Amino acid sequence: MNRSHRHGAGSGCLGTMEVKSKFGAEFRRFSLERSKPGKFEEFYGLLQHVHKIPNVDVLVGYADIHGDLLPINNDDNYHKAVSTANPLLRIFIQKKEEADYSAFGTDTLIKKKNVLTNVLRPDNHRKKPHIVISMPQDFRPVSSIIDVDILPETHRRVRLYKYGTEKPLGFYIRDGSSVRVTPHGLEKVPGIFISRLVPGGLAQSTGLLAVNDEVLEVNGIEVSGKSLDQVTDMMIANSRNLIITVRPANQRNNVVRNSRTSGSSGQSTDNSLLGYSQQAEPSFEPEDEDSDEDDIIIEGNGVPQQIPKAVPATESLESLTQIELNFESGQNGFIPSNEVSLAPVASGTSTETRAPDQKLLEEDGTIITL
Amino acid sequence: MMKFRFRRQGADPQREKLKQELFAFNKTVEHGFPNQPSALAFDPELRIMAIGTRSGAVKIYGAPGVEFTGLHRDTATVTQMHFLPGQGRLLTLLDDSSLHLWEIVHHNGCAHLEEALSFQPPSRPGFDCASGPLSLARVTVVLLLAAGDLAALGTEGGSVFFLDVPTLTLLEGQTLAPDDVLRSVPDDYRCGKALGPVESLQGHLRDPTKILIGYSRGLLVIWNRAAQCADRVFLGNQQLESLCWERSGNTLVSSHSDGSYAVWSAGAGGSPVTQPTVATTPYGPFPCKAINKILWRNCASGDHFIIFSGGMPRASYGDRHCVSVLRAETLVTLDFTSRIIDFFTVHSTRPEDEFDEPQALAVLLEEELVVLDLQTPGWPAVPAPYLAPLHSSAITCSAHVANVPAKLWARIVSAGEQQSPQPASSASSWPITGGRNLAQEPSQRGLLLTGHEDGTVRFWDASGVALRPLYKLSTAGLFQTDCEHADSLAQAAEDDWPPFRKVGCFDPYSDDPRLGVQKVALCKYTAQMVVAGTAGQVLVLELSDVPSEQAVSVASVDLLQDREGFTWKGHERLSPRTGPLPWPAGFQPRVLVQCLPPAAVTAVTLHAEWSLVAFGTSHGFGLFDYQRKSPVLARCTLHPNDSLAMEGPLSRVKSLKKSLRQSFRRIRKSRVSGKKRAANANSKLQEANAQLAEQACPHDVEMTPVQRRIEPRSADDSLSGVVRCLYFADTFLRDAAHHGPTMWAGTNSGSVFAYALEVPAAAAGGEKRPERAVEAVLGKEVQLMHRAPVVAIAVLDGRGRPLPEPYEASRDLAQAPDMQGGHAVLIASEEQFKVFTLPKVSAKTKFKLTAHEGCRVRKVALATFASVACEDYAETCLACLTNLGDVHVFSVPGLRPQVHYSCIRKEDISGIASCVFTRHGQGFYLISPSEFERFSLSARNITEPLCSLDISWPRDTTRTSHRLRESPKLSQANGTPGVVLAPGSRDGSPGPAHSKGADTPEPPEATLSPMSIDSATSADTTLDTTGDVTVEDVKDFLGSSEESEKNLRNLAEDEARACAILIK
Repeated sequence: MNRSHRHGAGSGCLGTMEVKSKFGAEFRRFSLERSKPGKFEEFYGLLQHVHKIPNVDVLVGYADIHGDLLPINNDDNYHKAVSTANPLLRIFIQKKEEADYSAFGTDTLIKKKNVLTNVLRPDNHRKKPHIVISMPQDFRPVSSIIDVDILPETHRRVRLYKYGTEKPLGFYIRDGSSVRVTPHGLEKVPGIFISRLVPGGLAQSTGLLAVNDEVLEVNGIEVSGKSLDQVTDMMIANSRNLIITVRPANQRNNVVRNSRTSGSSGQSTDNSLLGYSQQAEPSFEPEDEDSDEDDIIIEGNGVPQQIPKAVPATESLESLTQIELNFESGQNGFIPSNEVSLAPVASGTSTETRAPDQKLLEEDGTIITL
Repeated sequence: MMKFRFRRQGADPQREKLKQELFAFNKTVEHGFPNQPSALAFDPELRIMAIGTRSGAVKIYGAPGVEFTGLHRDTATVTQMHFLPGQGRLLTLLDDSSLHLWEIVHHNGCAHLEEALSFQPPSRPGFDCASGPLSLARVTVVLLLAAGDLAALGTEGGSVFFLDVPTLTLLEGQTLAPDDVLRSVPDDYRCGKALGPVESLQGHLRDPTKILIGYSRGLLVIWNRAAQCADRVFLGNQQLESLCWERSGNTLVSSHSDGSYAVWSAGAGGSPVTQPTVATTPYGPFPCKAINKILWRNCASGDHFIIFSGGMPRASYGDRHCVSVLRAETLVTLDFTSRIIDFFTVHSTRPEDEFDEPQALAVLLEEELVVLDLQTPGWPAVPAPYLAPLHSSAITCSAHVANVPAKLWARIVSAGEQQSPQPASSASSWPITGGRNLAQEPSQRGLLLTGHEDGTVRFWDASGVALRPLYKLSTAGLFQTDCEHADSLAQAAEDDWPPFRKVGCFDPYSDDPRLGVQKVALCKYTAQMVVAGTAGQVLVLELSDVPSEQAVSVASVDLLQDREGFTWKGHERLSPRTGPLPWPAGFQPRVLVQCLPPAAVTAVTLHAEWSLVAFGTSHGFGLFDYQRKSPVLARCTLHPNDSLAMEGPLSRVKSLKKSLRQSFRRIRKSRVSGKKRAANANSKLQEANAQLAEQACPHDVEMTPVQRRIEPRSADDSLSGVVRCLYFADTFLRDAAHHGPTMWAGTNSGSVFAYALEVPAAAAGGEKRPERAVEAVLGKEVQLMHRAPVVAIAVLDGRGRPLPEPYEASRDLAQAPDMQGGHAVLIASEEQFKVFTLPKVSAKTKFKLTAHEGCRVRKVALATFASVACEDYAETCLACLTNLGDVHVFSVPGLRPQVHYSCIRKEDISGIASCVFTRHGQGFYLISPSEFERFSLSARNITEPLCSLDISWPRDTTRTSHRLRESPKLSQANGTPGVVLAPGSRDGSPGPAHSKGADTPEPPEATLSPMSIDSATSADTTLDTTGDVTVEDVKDFLGSSEESEKNLRNLAEDEARACAILIK
């Protein structure tokens, strides 16, 4: 889950990791290179191979450190599974047609036994009222609270990740006025506020933004002195990777500093699992996070491809986004992007190490852009 | 954030210094005709003319290039203006009855206009000002006496007040009340009725003690100021409109509200005259409209001129705007297309001369100025060297061509001269010749092309201060339009009374909206041009010095490319006339390409070297080889979901809705400005009231705030297929080894298509290339993920400079592009600027304007900025106008922000849409339908009036203490030159005047916020006439206007409260 786990695992196993895979009643054991886990496709093939089920569609799940059964169905959550396995990666395989989706998800540690028994004995269905969420096809960050350590506690910096165009960002802003404390006493200043959340929109589903929150910054740029239209345009222009700093109207849910113990398994609530079918353009999904550089070029009549960056080092704004890109690769020591989204709730350490970096880069960026 | 960045940038003092040498923002001059003129004055001694407007602007014109502009602080209509003859001073009367004295002051050899004094007549609160006879509240007429030292003010109450002009103080005790006059009038004329307002005051040319006073009721009095008695009394019974005193003082002419005029003899005799010597109704016998103004001018040759406005038969010609010129038996009824504001004659005013000898008649109309030569038989119109009515038909697009070769210039000028042949005598007889133009001869010729709604393209000389019309190209003759002109001509012929003569060129009525010109491109080396219009017509024309008769070859290009399921619901395409057509000398059409469906052309570009023209509409783009007259390429850019593009612009429902919306907006706007005006009039009271109101009702009215939805652009936005820009370049598209012709197209949805062209190379020395087909192969397609409309595309060479124009390099007129280093393409979208390498497209640099500033790009242009300090240092930069009306300058290809200035009000969307940048860091935008504001971003390349005037009056130095305005910069609020640079400072040598300009500490943002005037001038701007106002513009505008309205309301009520308008 965080750095200490990974270090422990890495030092103990000298780079290899034990995998215990269960399909039906059969177990297989094999080992993986922890530093080079490869792609999910390869892993999937390997599983089919070791279980000798080459043409069977299966669902792959693993037990995380909390004992939750979590699916593995893309590179991200595969890498996540590998990086958090300590020391053993326990894999559960179900046939797709008889899969029990309700087994996946966010169950507490207390329910862990039940979950596992459910999987182990699939025919032993217990009639319990369970909210059936569809099988998550993809884990990806949806929103996150960032820079908790550098912001005043009354402020909240929320990052919204927008994928594709299926789901709108879904909120409205208005202008109004807020009261500021100045050396001359209280002063009323014009401000921008969230006026409405669209039901089912991204903003509402994150639960991190609420009506009457005052918008202070958009992607690091203060909104004070800007008109409502300007702020709207800024948000739309940054919509692929929108970071807004708000002063929540409700100050009771603020993040309390240095509380690493709270909500250890809250990752799934934060990471609201979108039952989101991305069949349309799956190949672009991983890159989509990099909102800036993803112009597509079609050479002649060839295949569409992303436009690469010519000299990433020349523009620091680009180097900033370059780093964000690197989160996805997860191979060169950076925290995978999933973890970024979990960071504020799950661990203080990772944000603490990362956030100053990012801040620094942002400042660099503004200097060099001129 | 931005401040922070600029501060960081400021850490490099060298760069800061360089930026100061390169960039400076000035609004330099207003070209065109003042919007909503309301008053006219002429100084016969200095031979300068002043025009006042409803927004309170005063403009003084002399010889071409001599211009002065001033602006009253209150946005009130200038109702009257009077020059103090020979002094360069001007007395203005506003409709709030305040009087203002303006002076032309010389600073460093250059003159400019300053307000020296103002006088607000004392109003008496609690007393009915307007009706009281002794009140000055409503001044109706002003007469300057005693060489301008004394002014007589006639009022609505019938009194005449006297004012000391040098100090603008009322001379108490000299007031002439109507009762004083009534004493000399027989009792039966008095009959208890008031005399009514003073309608006219006329001074005697030779005897300054005599004043002719005309009262509304009809009474005329010659008052002797020395004797304080009435010399003569004329008992007129018709309601008086205007008076004129003949030079000798022996004859009076009065004009009346029933359309008659009367001539009175003022010879010797003491008894009241009861009957005029002559009384006629020139356009009788049926009821006629009033004659508003009448002039009597005598000539040495015997017959006198009577010139009057109005008086037309009420029933048949009551709607005409006419000035009649009568001399002996000759009567000409000048029939104008817009309302007559005022007129004057240029004649001798020396008292010792016996005759007036009028040379010219100048008529100020609401939309233009017409000057007639009265000395040439037939009284021909004199072409005006400035004050051109830009909007004679609404301007739909504009383009600027810099550095026009002398040869092409001469050919265009000669084509223009053939178009409107001038008699030799008239050509030189522009009568308003005051002042000296000190500006140097422009170093290069600049041509401004304006496309108009009626299908014409006008060519203007934009090299200097005076925007001079050169040539007019009409494309309507090529098409069969709905209404032909033949019937109107026949009608004019059949009845010859009144003897109408059409004068002036303001003609706002378009025969066919499809003729409207949307885009213009001109190749200045080959004199070929492209004119593209509303019905998808793309015309390739060529300049010819002789008239010819020839057929135009017609081709049509289907841009839908067999796309299924689309039906065009808009207008039909224009049907061209077939067969050989006669063409006058000038630009003659060669090829007509018609797009199918016939949607308005949204982008056009011409490459004369390759004989290719590219055009785009809302459906796609095409490429046409006009040498072989064959289409090369057509590509549909429509998104399958885009249904709006198919409906076309003439959908009835939509246009009705649109026009309704517009009219509402106009009403709302006028209400806003009206409110503002009222606030100006008695602002103190209003302020107090506002404060009271604020205290009385604190924060209790709850209002729904303005909301904006945060919704990213989606792929299926409407009108996503609109082609926004097209570009030809000789660059590397396919591989790094071979460069070749390419064509680039950018759409509204952020797509860029790049085609490699196979253009057969021209034989050595040959002008024409061999007859082989041009081929186009799609080389690259770039989809910007932010999907913002692509505004401009430009290819930069290995040194990062934009490629030269066609023929520029091959004719050694520009430095050849660097073909060694890697090329790059600059793509400017509405939100971001990006530079990609070529041929392998990879992102190099970018600037995300919208993400940082929240504003959108409206216009961009690459411009060369020369340094004031160093003769041959210049930088190429990207100038950009945003939807907030700010101008930003970015370095190229680094895309680093250099400077930014606020230029246009963000509510003025037609101004923003009409903006055009020049190649040398200047720009034009429409501040009203009839006026271009010229601004300059370059510190070196400034075109502004530099002029002087020989003023002879004893300048009293003590008077400067009365001066109201210390800072001449204030006049820049109207966009006029405040700081006048000496000519020396322009060619790089920093003279004293320059240093004065440089150390004025005010930041340009602070001084250039023309809120007061622009809100009034743009009140009547028509949205649909100017440029390409996009949906986005209107959205912006809707938002911002409501916002501004809200701000205004909040000012009055409670600034902290949001307002109750919900935007969906």
